[in-house]
Order: sequence, then C-alpha cells, then structure tokens
Amino acid sequence: MHPAIQAVLTVGIAVIAAIGYFYLSNLLLDRVLFPARGKNAGRNINRANMIRPWIFLFPALFALGLYLAYPVIETIRLSLTDRVPGGYEWAGVDNYVQMTGDPKFWEALRNNFFWLLVVPGLSTLFGLIIAQLTDRLKWGSVAKSIIFMPMAISFVGASVIFKLVYDYRPAGEEQIGILNAVYLALGGSEPQAWLTIPGLNSFLLMVVLIWIQTGFAMVILSAALRGIPEETIEAAIVDGANPFQIFFKIKVPQIMPTIMVVWTTITILVLKIFDIVFAMTNGQWGTQVLANYMYDKLFRSNDWGVGSASAMVIMLLVLPILIWNVRQARKEMR
Amino acid sequence: MDNIAGRKPALGWAVNISVILIVALWIFPTLGLLVSSFRTADQISSSGWWKAFFPTEQTDRYRTADPDEARVAEGDLYVVEGRIFEADQGIELSSWGTSARDVSAYAPGDTADLGDDGQITVEADGSYRWSGTDEQVSGRGERIFATALIPPEFTLRNYDNMLFGGTSDSITKAFFNTVTVTIPATIIPILFAAFAAYALAWMNFPGRAILIAAIVALLVVPLQLALIPLLKLHLSIGIGKGYLGVWLAHTGFGLPLAIYLLRNYMAGLPRDIIENARVDGATDFQIFVRIILPLSFPALASFAIFQFLWTWNDLLVAIVFLVDSSGDTTVMTRHIVELLGTRGGNWEVLATAAFVSMAVPLAVFFFMQRYLVRGLLAGSVK
Repeated sequence: MHPAIQAVLTVGIAVIAAIGYFYLSNLLLDRVLFPARGKNAGRNINRANMIRPWIFLFPALFALGLYLAYPVIETIRLSLTDRVPGGYEWAGVDNYVQMTGDPKFWEALRNNFFWLLVVPGLSTLFGLIIAQLTDRLKWGSVAKSIIFMPMAISFVGASVIFKLVYDYRPAGEEQIGILNAVYLALGGSEPQAWLTIPGLNSFLLMVVLIWIQTGFAMVILSAALRGIPEETIEAAIVDGANPFQIFFKIKVPQIMPTIMVVWTTITILVLKIFDIVFAMTNGQWGTQVLANYMYDKLFRSNDWGVGSASAMVIMLLVLPILIWNVRQARKEMR
Repeated sequence: MDNIAGRKPALGWAVNISVILIVALWIFPTLGLLVSSFRTADQISSSGWWKAFFPTEQTDRYRTADPDEARVAEGDLYVVEGRIFEADQGIELSSWGTSARDVSAYAPGDTADLGDDGQITVEADGSYRWSGTDEQVSGRGERIFATALIPPEFTLRNYDNMLFGGTSDSITKAFFNTVTVTIPATIIPILFAAFAAYALAWMNFPGRAILIAAIVALLVVPLQLALIPLLKLHLSIGIGKGYLGVWLAHTGFGLPLAIYLLRNYMAGLPRDIIENARVDGATDFQIFVRIILPLSFPALASFAIFQFLWTWNDLLVAIVFLVDSSGDTTVMTRHIVELLGTRGGNWEVLATAAFVSMAVPLAVFFFMQRYLVRGLLAGSVK
C-alpha cells in the first residue's frame, strides 16, 4: 500500500474518530451520567455543563501537553543529565559548562545576536516603506503580491534561489551568479566566493530571510496603515505637514503597536532559524547559529546533554517575548 | 484625497519608479532560478541566466565525420563533406579555427591549409569540406572550433528528467512523500482545535483565562525543545521514525496557532445567534456543528493554508521524525538539501527540483491569497 493511500485512510479514520468521540461523549454525558430528567434534572444540567468544556478541550489539551509542555520539562531534565550505557546519569551543570567552553557555541550565539539585530529590524522597515509606497498606487496590489510571494517558498527553496545568486566561478570563467556578475561589472577585481567570506556570509544568509519576511511585515503594516483614521491625516494636511512629516509623525506613531507585533513575530522566527543555514553553509565559515548548533550536537555528535542545553538557551531567549505576548493577550481580554 | 494629500506629481513619479525597482529586486532571484530550470546544463554554465533571452556567442569544439566511413575518393585525393550542426537550427558561424590556440583564425568560407594537399573549408551555415591525401584523411575526424551566435533556446528536458527520469536525482518519490506528510498533518489539527476553540470562546468555566494565556505562551515555544523528548517517546512506544510520528508531531506543533486563530474568530461571531439557539434548546454539540463550524469557514481555511504551507515547506520536523537512513521516506526539502551537497554545481538539477517543490505552494498562494492575508492579520498577537 502506498503511503499516500495510507495518509488518506488516516485522515478518514481521524475524522470519524473525532466526530465519534465528541458525539458519543456528549451523548454519554447527557443521557447516562447526568440525564436532564427525574428529580435531579436541574442539578444534572448544571453538572453536565461544568464537565462539557473539558470534553471539548481534552484532545487538544492532551496533545498540547504531550507535544509542547512535556518536552520543555524533559529538555530541562536532559540538559542536566548525561547519557550513559543503559540509562542516564545526573550531571548537574556539566553540560552547560561543556557548552560554554565550546568556541562554536559562542560563534553561534554571536551570530544569532547579529541576526536578531539585523533581520527583524530591516524586514519591518522594508515592509513599512513598501506598505506606505504601495498604499495609493493603482497597481499596488500586484506589487504587494509579488513581494509577498516568497512567504509561500520554503526556506530550502529560497536557499537554492540565493545560492544561484551568490554562485562563484573561478576568475576567467563566465560568472553565472548575478552578484559576482554585478560586482565585476562595477569594477570588482576578481570574482568572490561570497559564502566563504566570514562576516559577510552571515549577512548574505540574513538577506534570504529578509527577502522572505518583508512580505509578511508589509501585509500586516499595510492593513494597519489603512486602519488609521482619515481625520488625523486630514488635520495634518490642513496644518501644512509635508508627506514625510505625515508619515513619520502622524502615521508611524499610530501603528506603533502593530510594528511591535511584527518585530516580535520575526524575532521569534529568527531565534529558531535553522533551514537557511543548514542548506546554504551548514554552519561552516563562521555562519553557525544556535538551532543548527543544537542539531549538530543532537544528531551528529549524538550528545543529547549539550544539545538539550543549547535548546534551553533558545528557550531562554524566547522567554521575554513569550511573557510580553501573554501580558498583551491578557490585557486585551479584559 | 489624492489631490489634497500634499502630493506633487514629481513625488508620484518617484513612488512609481521606486516601487518598480523594489518589485524587480524581489522577483529577480526567483526569476533567475526559474529561467535556469528551462536551460540545458551547457547553457547554464556557459552564460548567466540573464543572457538567456539574447543570442549568445558560443565557441564549441566539433569533429568532422569519421574519415574511414565518410570519405569519398576524388581523383588522387579523398574528401569528407558534412555539417557540424544542422541547418534548421538557424545558427550562423562567425569564425572558426582548427587549433585550440587560435579558435577564430578563419572567417566563414575561408580555406585552412593543413599542409601538403590537405585543406578544409567551413561555410557560415556549418557545412564543411575536408580534403587531403589518403594518409591525411584517415584516423579520427578533423577538429573544428566554431564560434557562432546561438539563438535563445529553452527546453523542458530538465523537468522530464527530474519527474520521469527514474534516476536517483528524480524528485517524484519525494513529491509523493511530501503529499503524504501534508494531508493528515493539515487536517488532523483542525479536528482537535475546532472543538477546543469553541469551548474557549463560548463556554464559561473556571480556568478559561489561564488556558488561553497558556495557548498564547505555547504559540512561541521553539519546537527545537520538542525534538529529542518526542523522538525518545516515539521510539519507546513503538511508533519510531515514520509517517505516524511526523503526523502527530505536526499536529502538536500546529495546535496552538489553530486554537488561537479559531478562538479569536469564533469569539467574534455575533452573540445573538448562539444565545437564540440555546434558548431554542440546542445543545452545545448541535450549536457547534450546525452554527459555529459553517460560520467559521474563513478561519478554518486560513489555518488550513498556513498549516499546509508550513508542513509542505518544513525540513526540520521531517528529518527528525520521518526520514530514516533507507531514504524511502525522504521529503522534497530533504531531497533538495541532499542535491545541494551532491550536485552543488548542477544547476539544471537543483533549479528544476526547487521549482517542482515550489509549484504547489505557489499555486495555493496565488489562488488563496485572500485567506492567507486574513489569517496573518488574525494570527499575529495584537
């Protein structure tokens, strides 16, 4: 049986199972456990209604607990233990000590820091500028579609696209990478192997993510710009503000909360960035990042302790944003 | 609004031109790979893709027909006649030579002296006439270096090879594996999430606010943390590496966004409809199935598109939970990364593989952009 058929069957079984579960459990609750009949009818309805939310929630909560909450705790435990034949051995902070003694770890942390500094900022900035420029343009929606398109392309696909852009052939051969062609046309002395130049290569990998994420920033910010009350802008025009003043002093402050949302969303993505580095340089030539370092430790060196420790570092970096998000969400609920 | 917005015509021009430049900059990298996927390996390595639309000057090495078979006696001498390329290709020779040191020594129609009685003439249309003594016109064919203007040419052969070639590079198997991963991984989370979202949006129970906060928190938990614990779990309960494991993992990782998106949407549905149904005696299960689910279609579609794009494009979850050393379950992203390693310079293979993998997401993107945008706007934590 081809796995694709298996997949369709699984979907069928899952749909039937889900409907069956919810239908039967509700039936059980209403007819058998707490029937709305007899002398306790009123009390039974109330009890059934207290339990029902948990019936609706149970499968999702179970999956969330098992697939996201439990791993966090297990990762903390693994980061404090060593794998020994036949089991685990308490190691205290040994894994963390070992990790902080590894220059590759510091390289990854430093690079992640630069990614954080560059990618969310530039993506948001470009997104904002493009959203503003295309706002009143007749063909603005076409332009936006094209800039938004990279969102549909996988990180791996984007890596292939940009590897061709950065392609390098030895001097004297015809250059097929457009970056080298432009570089030579502008008077560069000889073609460069861009992805092997430390410092610059990390930035060239960031370009790939900026290229993908600008569309995301643009879509959200463009909706926010449209939501600005017209009166505020009209008032500014009457007062004689020029277009730049309107943009920076009237529009940007009003959409600041949305800008923050876009910035934090891209920041989280950057903290977890893996595919682009894995596919383009695999962390060579000084481009290592935390997620790829972790992958190396977990699956190449088979060192679960240090791997889990570096996963915890990613978690710690995400934590401030997590707390901020939860606070914002609770504020909104009130 | 436009005419009072303080815009000068000059500024309008500047806006138009800068947007054109930005759009060009954004489309250029993708266009390069797309064009390359329709060129032959020789074309890709001999000129940049941006030259593909113009005729290119290309110098190639040819050999005349084998004298032992093709030569014809003509008096004392032997003659070989033929063409180095077909006339219907529309190629016109600009210069030619007989030695690698001077590939453009002669103009079309010139005769090159090969010593003694040997001589060779090559015409602009590629036909040649090589004559000489018995000894000269024997052995291997005479080398000809010809420089010609080759008209732009595109081919579908790369796609044919990658899809139906049956080689180890072929991406067909990986394509179907990706489909296999994607279908359940998109649909199963919706089943779980829809009911939970309804409970969080329209049922009152203690702890609801905390649960919603927990969902928002889980939204950003890096899935890197889950890799080892879950792989360990899968191995210990006998799922191992395989489709079931990757479906479950994608379901777990997709749930927070699914619940969050659907809850926000359902909470925004008009209260009257639900209250009226309650008054009429509908149970929660009936309200959910008959009213909420149909009304929530836009949110369901948004999430489905997200989850589809995410699972289709995913690399990390697939290589951890699915792909084993046998390679039978490889997915397209993994296959392409492998090709990047083994066929790094073969852009005809890489470009084609990348476009095969991008075709479906791009189609989904262009046809369902509306839902995607709506989902993005609802999904970003405000």
